[in-house]
Amino acid sequence: MTILAFAETRILVQGITGREAITFTSESLQYGAKIVAGVTPGKGGQNVHGVPVYDSVAQAVRAHACDATVISVPARFVQDAVAEAVDNGIKLLVIVTERIPRRDAVAIVERAERAGARVVGPNSLGVISPGQTRIGMSGGSADAVRLAYKPGHVGVISRSGGMMTEIANLLTQAGIGQSTCVSIGGDPIIGTTTLDLLPLYEADPDTHGLVLFCEPGGVMEEQLAERLMAQPSRLRIVAFVAGRFADRMQGMRFGHAGTIVEGSKGSPAAKMDLLREAGVRVAEKFSEIPGLVWAESVVPLG
Amino acid sequence: MKVLEAEAKRLLAAGGLRVPRGQTVSTAEQARQVAQDLNGPVVIKVQIPTGGRMKAGGVKFADTPEAAEAVAQTLLGGTILGFPVDSVLVEEKLALAEPQVGEVFVGVTYDGRTRRATVLASRAGGIDVESNLESNHSTVQRNFSLLNDGEVPEYVGREVAAELGFTGQTFVRLSAVLTLLIKHFLEWDAILLEVNPLLLGADGQWVVADAHLELDDDAAYRHKDLLAQLPLSCQAADQRSEFERRAAEIDSADHRGVAGRLVPFGGDLGLLIGGGGASLTIMDAVLDAGLKPANYCEIGGNPSVWKIKELTKLILQQPGVRRLAVMMNVVSNTRVDLVARGVVKGALELGRVPREAITAFRIPGSWEEEGQAILRHYGVAFYDRNDTFDQVVAAIKEMS
Repeated sequence: MTILAFAETRILVQGITGREAITFTSESLQYGAKIVAGVTPGKGGQNVHGVPVYDSVAQAVRAHACDATVISVPARFVQDAVAEAVDNGIKLLVIVTERIPRRDAVAIVERAERAGARVVGPNSLGVISPGQTRIGMSGGSADAVRLAYKPGHVGVISRSGGMMTEIANLLTQAGIGQSTCVSIGGDPIIGTTTLDLLPLYEADPDTHGLVLFCEPGGVMEEQLAERLMAQPSRLRIVAFVAGRFADRMQGMRFGHAGTIVEGSKGSPAAKMDLLREAGVRVAEKFSEIPGLVWAESVVPLG
Repeated sequence: MKVLEAEAKRLLAAGGLRVPRGQTVSTAEQARQVAQDLNGPVVIKVQIPTGGRMKAGGVKFADTPEAAEAVAQTLLGGTILGFPVDSVLVEEKLALAEPQVGEVFVGVTYDGRTRRATVLASRAGGIDVESNLESNHSTVQRNFSLLNDGEVPEYVGREVAAELGFTGQTFVRLSAVLTLLIKHFLEWDAILLEVNPLLLGADGQWVVADAHLELDDDAAYRHKDLLAQLPLSCQAADQRSEFERRAAEIDSADHRGVAGRLVPFGGDLGLLIGGGGASLTIMDAVLDAGLKPANYCEIGGNPSVWKIKELTKLILQQPGVRRLAVMMNVVSNTRVDLVARGVVKGALELGRVPREAITAFRIPGSWEEEGQAILRHYGVAFYDRNDTFDQVVAAIKEMS
């Protein structure tokens, strides 16, 4: 098993006729993802690589049951697209759009929580369960995804979409496959945090370990550490915290919008200390990750 | 964008809040004139886009117009907390209620922990508010919903004012102030609206003595009119080095790909690196190895050959820069061959030998073979997905 994304997950794409969406729809289909329908208001009746396009989510879900949606619409339309998906009963929303205003992101999270739906992102590249499916666009073409990602037993959670593929590749090179990889997005407010995902991975009998890619700013790592100190995990957790250099340059923004550091809170050094205290194996260097993941409990690739 | 205090106060005043009488000036002579018009003791505050001004000596008091002129003279043209002081706000010194019962800190922001809009307030205002907030249990926090059809929930202000222990007219007026602050926070798409302190004047009215307003850059598209009212803040936010300005010009001249956050670092190793997370990782690895980066940068998307070529030239032409390292995470959107062509062209146009100017090229991913062929032709070292950032950085170190 995996989490969130399964071979049988039926996927809707909102904004499917956009340039980027056309590309990732084609690539995801080639990877084996079950994209069953798309929505672009005004383009109903067309198709994108054989996927039927509808004018509304209501029309799409009437014709095709959908378990998840990828939202790839311009920033100003995202809030409405989320409401449309949630009101039509979709329970997993992956938002790939970048630069969503903070107010909209908070409203989106609040709306999804009320409806019992899960939002991944905004500014996510997507979710991959190697060998099964991809919801979103992480990793690029089907061949590229197959090269970097291999099925296995280690989950990956990354605030950076690009670094998720880099980590999967690093693990794959070391013979360690992945269960589900989640690009959670680098914004200050995101729908699904590491802490939210931890119980899902813990409940998955096929996930034995977890690799986290962390960045400066926010309280996500602090929240994870609190949970682990109160309740240790059965998973072997390895974390890499990028951006230590930014500690010396407070108030400047590097990396994602969420990485701004104000005061000692949220600094990479503080996060590393806390995670270590909580029993997480913290990699000093990026290339140490596979060595820290490797353990008898982790089943390597065939 | 951080809004300068004077402009934030002007917005708040127009929005129904009380602020001290005063004016922003850029010469000492004007400061004297304003102090004379205010006809009493004044406060003189440097207008820079950051907090902590009081401790840094950027807030001074003067009892006479002559003293105001002298103070303004020392502040204007100087630097406080690394920011040039182009203007100061000259304000009336407030007459406060006696005994001084009403000094409140209020912050409206988004709480990353609960992922909700939130109001924070405490009676322990002042310049040490951050440390007070951490230690003081009397801080009140109330989250509020954004799903009320755009209506501001007014009871939140009342709850907070009551929790702070105010009663009667003072309570009623504070509640109204809090409601207005929440309203403007949402209306302006702020990510922080902080009033520290909010003071109870001798006349029983609450006055915004200092305000920190930070607007969401990602929401700028729906606030053109608001931004037009904030010329000094926009100007202060746009203060960049010549290097950053040139990089931004190159970036905006071609919509393909992103050349983000080019920040000079002064070393000899130029960096053309990306995307966001990888740049942080590579920068740490470079510094840990004892190498001296000339700059930070985040390239992303699918930049054109022209954009990469121009960035290559810009970085290599920085004084003291001897060579360029080109590194990204495994890419799916970026075309490796276009980046390879761009860096080689950039080196050649500067009359440099590519294999000497480009010390390492590590971008695995889409169009990798084509990129590798170009680099091989010029003898530039290519590293693939088997080579970790740390290995590549170690190789660069070895070559230096």
